Amino acid sequence: MIQSGAPAPKLSEAAAGSLPLLACIALSVVLMVADHRGELSPRVRATLTTAVEPIWQLAALPMRVWGWGETHLSRQERLAGENIALRRELQLRDAQIARLEAVAQENARLRELLGGKAGYRLAVRMAGIVEVDLDPWRQRVRLDLGSAEGVEVGQAMIDAGGMLGQVIEVSGRGATALLLTDANHAVPVQVVRTGLRLVAVGTGRSDALRVPNIPRSADVQIDDVLVTSGIGGRFPAGFAVGRVVSIAPDESRLFLEAEAVPAARIDRGREVLLVMRGDPEGPVGPPENGP
Amino acid sequence: MNRPTPLWLRLGSVIVGLLVLVLPLPALFDDMRPYLLALVLVYWALEAPGTGGIVAAWLLGLLADVLTGTLLGEQALRLAVLVFLVQRFRAQLRFFPAWQQAAAVGLMLLNDLVLMLVLRGIGGAGLPPLGVLLAPLLGTLLWPWVFLLLDALRLRHRERVGGR
Repeated sequence: MIQSGAPAPKLSEAAAGSLPLLACIALSVVLMVADHRGELSPRVRATLTTAVEPIWQLAALPMRVWGWGETHLSRQERLAGENIALRRELQLRDAQIARLEAVAQENARLRELLGGKAGYRLAVRMAGIVEVDLDPWRQRVRLDLGSAEGVEVGQAMIDAGGMLGQVIEVSGRGATALLLTDANHAVPVQVVRTGLRLVAVGTGRSDALRVPNIPRSADVQIDDVLVTSGIGGRFPAGFAVGRVVSIAPDESRLFLEAEAVPAARIDRGREVLLVMRGDPEGPVGPPENGP
Repeated sequence: MNRPTPLWLRLGSVIVGLLVLVLPLPALFDDMRPYLLALVLVYWALEAPGTGGIVAAWLLGLLADVLTGTLLGEQALRLAVLVFLVQRFRAQLRFFPAWQQAAAVGLMLLNDLVLMLVLRGIGGAGLPPLGVLLAPLLGTLLWPWVFLLLDALRLRHRERVGGR
């Protein structure tokens, strides 16, 4: 009889306990919906990013120490061998570049004759990938250059092989980039052989791209090379994107769907090149018609 | 005996939990990365209950979201639910023997995984790699050690302060 009042406070206690939970769930849902629709102010994420920056640095430390150890402690012989191999490669590249430069000059002269604007001038900047594992469901990387170094949202990212992705978020000392192969990524491409324009979208796997909605009459073959078409103005034209490895009818049987292997080394390499904006000579893209 | 647990231990354990979220691991372990942050939060919810537990877990989850690049609010929601469950069953959990406690923690991690799959499914993500299913198992195996380690650190601190 004395304890008959006991259940009542327990009940209210439970209600009071679940109130913060409900508030948290509601807030989370609002945040997630806003983030998913891309309507969240970038400032929110940027502020939080600044707070977690040290943790990224700390997490990358072991790999950095490992890298340092590898450079400083590895055998002299191996380094010498690597040096020779790299030197040979450099010579080869130099020869190729010398030839390309002649072609570029000729191209510029011809463009001047035509009165068109010179395109294809490329200003790039090397950025390192911070060695941290982001969510394996999403194809993203963290770069060690930020707004202090002039990195902007939307910049294209390339490596020696070709197109790699684009910058989607910048904080003071770092940036997050979306890879070509993320399921949320799409890039306008062109088949080199025929000039056919298509769109390549990511699959979430680092070794495959999907090229949907190809008309059945279109001329696409296995081993066709895809390059960026420059349409949309986000990516400069002419970077290798991938190589077609298979073509099959899609679910509707009205279109073809191709699968391509990315040209860039998506899951290897520690350095990338960021294509800098602010090109003084106007947009890079398909040649514009002169006035 | 109601001395507050030292701030450095709380902060330190949480920071280690956050670190493990993004620490580069071999590709094999990448999918089944144990959710250490969740284990740490379970421990603190068990040992030091308070009204602010859920809110603290939510804020930490927000940081974790930014850290790993998931949808803002996803881990926040998951961790808040986790801490709520622990607080709800705290009386039972605290007096379970170690293996039973580990099993309960494993179940909560599994629940967390299901919640994650539902949230991401709504968001339109595809099917996860199979290795994800092993993460709660690894978490279960890890729990007794996390528990013992944090307990030892906490008790040692208490003794030292008490001896003065």
